Parts: sequence; C-alpha cells; structure tokens
Amino acid sequence: MNISELKERSKQYRIDTLKTIYEAKAGHTGGCLSIVDILNVLYNHVLRGTWEDVSRDRYIQSKGHAVEALYVVLADKGFFPKEELATLGKYKSRLIGHPTKKVPGMEQNTGGLGHGLPICCGTALGAKKSRLDTKVYTVLGDGEMAEGSNWEAMMFASHNKLDNLCAVLDYNKLQITGLNADVMNLEPLRQKIESFGWEVREVNGHDVGALVNAFDQLPFVEGKPSFIIAHTIKGKGVSFMEHNKKWHHGVPTEEELSIALKELEEDES
Amino acid sequence: MKANQVVFAETIEQIAAQDKDLYMVTSDSRGSGKLVNFGEIYPDQIVEIGIAEQNLVGVASGLASMNKKVFAVSPACFLTARSLEQVKNDVCYSNNKVVLVGISAGVSYGALGSTHHSLHDFAALRAINNISIVAPADAFETEHAVKAAIESKQPVYLRFGKKNMPNLGQEISADFKIGKARIIKEGSDVQIVATGETVWPSLEAAKLLKEEGISAEVISMHTIKPLDTSVLNWEVPIVTVEEHSIYGGLGEAVGSFLLQNNHCVPFKIIGIPDEETVSGSQNEIFEHYQICPIGIANEVKKLLR
Repeated sequence: MNISELKERSKQYRIDTLKTIYEAKAGHTGGCLSIVDILNVLYNHVLRGTWEDVSRDRYIQSKGHAVEALYVVLADKGFFPKEELATLGKYKSRLIGHPTKKVPGMEQNTGGLGHGLPICCGTALGAKKSRLDTKVYTVLGDGEMAEGSNWEAMMFASHNKLDNLCAVLDYNKLQITGLNADVMNLEPLRQKIESFGWEVREVNGHDVGALVNAFDQLPFVEGKPSFIIAHTIKGKGVSFMEHNKKWHHGVPTEEELSIALKELEEDES
Repeated sequence: MKANQVVFAETIEQIAAQDKDLYMVTSDSRGSGKLVNFGEIYPDQIVEIGIAEQNLVGVASGLASMNKKVFAVSPACFLTARSLEQVKNDVCYSNNKVVLVGISAGVSYGALGSTHHSLHDFAALRAINNISIVAPADAFETEHAVKAAIESKQPVYLRFGKKNMPNLGQEISADFKIGKARIIKEGSDVQIVATGETVWPSLEAAKLLKEEGISAEVISMHTIKPLDTSVLNWEVPIVTVEEHSIYGGLGEAVGSFLLQNNHCVPFKIIGIPDEETVSGSQNEIFEHYQICPIGIANEVKKLLR
C-alpha cells in the first residue's frame, strides 16, 4: 500500500472507530484516534505472514483499552465480518472492551497494563529459539510506562539481544487523570529507554510515511531491541477531541458524532 | 528420602534429554529450584529472568505461545503474589500453557518469616479460572505430576516443598492423574484428607489412631482444583490437613462440597489460622498448629467424641 492509500485507510479507520464506539456507547475514543495510524502501518505495511503460518509476525497490543481501533483494523483485514463491529460490548458478543483471543486475529488477551511487553519478550525469545524469522511488535500507552513490569521487560530484552522485538509508544502525553507530566513524569524518556539498552527512534505517530520509514529500518541496530517513540495526539483528527482528557473514554453524542465524521471526511492532510 | 523439589528437578532433567522444547524460566531461583545442574547440562533450555517475577510469568507466557513447554520456577510466595496478575491474565485467561512451579512452598522457609511463606496460594489460584492446582506428597506423586503437567491441556500450578519426604507407598493406589485423589490407607471410622507435605504426618496420625482402635482412612488430595469429591466418604467424620491458611484452601473446598450437597458430617480444617504465623522451623510451625501426627490424631478424636 502506498502512502496516499495508507492515508485514506487511516481516515476510514477513524470514521469506523468513531461509529463503532458511538454504537456501543462505550470505548476509548481518544487513545483509539491516537493509535490508529500506527495500527494502520503495522497491519497494511509491516506485519508478514498469514495466521496459519507459525513464523508469522506477532502484534500484541499492550495498550489494550484502545481495542476499538484494533477491531476496526482486524475487520478490515478480513479476520471477521465488518458488520460484527456493531456488536461491540453487547451481551455475549466476542468483541469486548479489551483484546481477546476469541476474536480472530488476536494473539493474546491483554488489557491489564504493563503486560504486553513481557509477553512479547517471551514470544521474541521463543521465535529465536525456534530459529524463526518472526518479528514481534507491541504498542504501549504512555500512562502504562509507569508500570514496573515494563522496565523489567526492557532489561530482559536488551540482555537477551532481542533485535526481533519492536516496541512502539503511543505518546499522546495524556492519561485519564491528566498530563503524564503531572500524573507521573516519564521524561527524559528517550534517555531512560536508551540506558536500558534499546535503540530508539522518534517519529510523528500520525505521519504514515515517517512510520513506514521507521519500521523499514528495523532492527535499528543488530543485536538490540528497537523502540519507536511515536509522538501522537489524543483524539487526533477531531478538533474538539484533540488534547482533551475528557475523550479518554468519552462517547460522542449523535450531534458530536456527525460533526466529528464531517471533520474527518473533509480532512485533506 | 528426597525433597519433592529435588525429584522435580531430576524428572525435568530426564525429560529434557529427549525434549528440546522444554524450558525452565527462573527468577534467580535456580538454586532453590534445584536447577543448577539442569542449567549446566542444558544451558539453552534455561531462561534467567533475574529477580523480576512479573516478567518471569509474562516471558513464560510468550514462550509458551511459541509452542515451548515452559516451567516458570520461583518461590511460591512470590510466584503466586507478586506475579498473580500475570498468572491470571497472561497464563490462565490467555490460556498460555505454562506450568507454574511454586518452590519452597507453605512454611518451607520456616524462620525466614512470613514474607517467604505462601499460605495464600491455593486460595488465590482457586478463584482463578483455567488452572489446575497440584501439591504432590512424595517422590512418586511429584514425578507423575511433573509429567502430567506437561501433557495437561490447561495451565498447572505445582507446589513443592524443601523437606525430604518419605515415600508413602503405592500398595493401594499406584495411579496418578491430575484431579484424581489417591487413597493412601483405607479406613472406616474417619477420613483424613491431606495434601502435599501434610499427607505424611496424616499417615503417621492414622498409625497412632490404630493403636487406640480407630480406623482412619488417609487420602492424598494432591489436586486441590479440580477437587476429586468422588473419594470423600460423608458417612464418617472428615478432617482436612494442609500447609496453608485455613481460609480458601483444601479444607474450605471440601467443606463447600459437603455442605452444598447436604452432607452434614463432623468436620475439621487443620491448617494455619488467620494470625501472624509463629516463628520457627517448618517442623516447629507444624507442631505449633497441630499439623503433626499427635495433633492430627487429637483433632480426629475430638470429632469422634
């Protein structure tokens, strides 16, 4: 998929995500809009191998609560019918509010924060032990970087030279209570990650071209795990949702949805 | 006589000779897990995590997802508390078939104190869906439990102690199956249902009782979940014995079954009461709380009165 096709796809994913959340009357709107370009590039450019292929690349979403965007992408990739998105959060639906393996295409059940990276470490190590050319990807939320388990895993990944592992931080700088900087300061983040033995690149997490370019360079350094700090905007693409913690799990009204969809459809960036 | 965790390590070494997909994941715990030798013979099949139990269970889950047969080995006190959320989500909920091995369990660490005791593990894990909980009593049960855990279709928690354990004998029940209790000694006046390292003192208690004309049946309920209720005899009083809090463990599991099926029998749970555990060696702690032949025999006689 070329860059302009990817951009079109991002637009469609945003629209479908908002419609899905509106229909379910629940969802993590802001985080979905910040993660969606990363998911788009992962699923339409980066990840290799069919589901049946044991050596397929693995994507395990640590930021589990941004699952609505992931469901939209998985439906688009044909893992399940798009109509099923309308069942999100409904009684006995397999589409629940955090990733579950009941949904085709999902590698692991996640949602407790600070769980994805340790699992990815084991998966990446397992791939190496089996001499598979599998690459393992995760997306982390910035709030969950306060979880100690992430830093346990960071140490493990570099110690074991897991250069088939790439972690992406959806760094929108906002968590449910407010700014990361006020809740629990992460900075200087790049230096922290580098000091744990990872190779780091920083990109605009909404620039699909920049994301493609970063992923194409993996591993950044042979023998080291790779970390992409993707600078993003919570609520990206909808003016009244951007940079606003209210939309962490805010659900749009009918009127807000129609304004948001209009903005997204008219967006030519 | 060997400690169950020594038998565990010996069994694993034998299996690893034929199975290159077998992995031990340790948290600076290969010494207490008796896996130093394993690490020397099979350096590619041991994964050292360092002292980071959350990562231990997360990494083990990821390895298991790549079709490895994974044992996560760490002191039971840490494995089932520090990393309980990883056990719940990454192992059980995601159904990554890790065998969790809680070593030096219960009050094995004795005078090291409550930070190092695990008197909550049965209770915590019983309330989590999709895991079998197994506490073998001797070398026979340990060896078979390890092999059965590898073949299990769901995650398994194996609980081992440090103490050298006598063989219970296999005259009556030579079979081992997860979820199938073993009758160690038959009897008709009272049933003593014990698990793990408390089966031996229960058997000794039965001998003391015999001298007083009381015929006690001794059951090794090595699997706490799923509980084998078919072996329970509610025609006679029942005493349960465990190296665990009296809350949430074997005793309450048995009691719950009996009461919900209208089997009202004289019943006693022997275990560690809800108090700051007395200090001392494992043996001293056992004797303090009546988890010893005389203590168990006395509780049986009280019930029979």
